[in-house]
Amino acid sequence: MITIHHYLILSALLFCLGLVGLVVRKNLLIMFMCLEVLLNAVNLTLIALARYFRVMDGQVVAFFVMAVAAVEAAIGLGILINVFRTRQSVKTTDLTALQG
Amino acid sequence: MEEFFFYLFASVTVGLVLLMIVQDSPVASAMCLVGAFFGLSGLYVLLSAPFVAVMQILVYAGAIMVLFVFVIMLLNLKEHELVYDRMNLKRVVVLFIGLGLFAFLTKLFLRIPKVEFAAVEASFGTVKEVGRTMFVNYLIPFELIGILLLVGLVGAVLLGRREE
Repeated sequence: MITIHHYLILSALLFCLGLVGLVVRKNLLIMFMCLEVLLNAVNLTLIALARYFRVMDGQVVAFFVMAVAAVEAAIGLGILINVFRTRQSVKTTDLTALQG
Repeated sequence: MEEFFFYLFASVTVGLVLLMIVQDSPVASAMCLVGAFFGLSGLYVLLSAPFVAVMQILVYAGAIMVLFVFVIMLLNLKEHELVYDRMNLKRVVVLFIGLGLFAFLTKLFLRIPKVEFAAVEASFGTVKEVGRTMFVNYLIPFELIGILLLVGLVGAVLLGRREE
C-alpha cells in the first residue's frame, strides 16, 4: 500500500540529494541542475499533498513553481554566460574577486 | 500494481539524480536530469495529476533542459575544467549534514497519520479542473506569473547582449 509517507519521504530524499549536490559540486552548470532538483522535490510534495487533501490548489501552485523555475533557468544561465565571458571558467573556485 | 510503478519511478528518479551529481561532464548530467524528470512525471500520473505530468515533460525535460544543453554547447568547456575533485573532509561533513536533514524530515513526516489515499473523482487533475482552479481562485497569481515571465525574458535578452 502506497501512502502519503512514501511520497513525502521520497521528496525529502530528493531535496537532500539536491542540497548536498549544490554544496559539493564546483561546476556552476551542475549547481544549477541541483537547484532544479530542489524545486522538483518541493513540487512532488505539493502534488502529493494535493492528492492527500483532495484539493486542486497544490497542482496549481506546482504549475506556478514550474514557471518560476523556467524564469530562474533563463536568467541564471544568462548570468553564467556572462561569468564565462569575463572569467573563462564556470568553476566556483575560480570566482575569487570577492575573496570568498 | 501501484506499488510496482511507485518503486520503479522512485528508483529511476533517485538513481538518476545521484548519477547527475557524480557526473564529470555537464552534458551527461543534463541527460541524467532529463531521465529523472521523466520519472517524476510518472509519479505525478500516479498521484492523479496528468496535467502537471505533461507540463513536467514539456517545460522541464523540453524547454529548460534544452536551454541547459544549448548553454553547455555555447560554453565549449575544456577537458581540465570538468574534473570532479576528490572527496575531502568538508564534503564528508556536508554529506552527513544532508543525511541529518533527511532523517529530521522523515521523522517529521512520519507524524502524519498513516491512511490510504481516499478515492477521487475521475476529473481530478485534468486540464479542465486545474484550469478552473487556476482562473477562479488563482487569477492574480497567474497574471503575476505572466509579468514575471516577461521580466525574465527582458532580463535574459539584456544579460545575453554583448557589450559594445
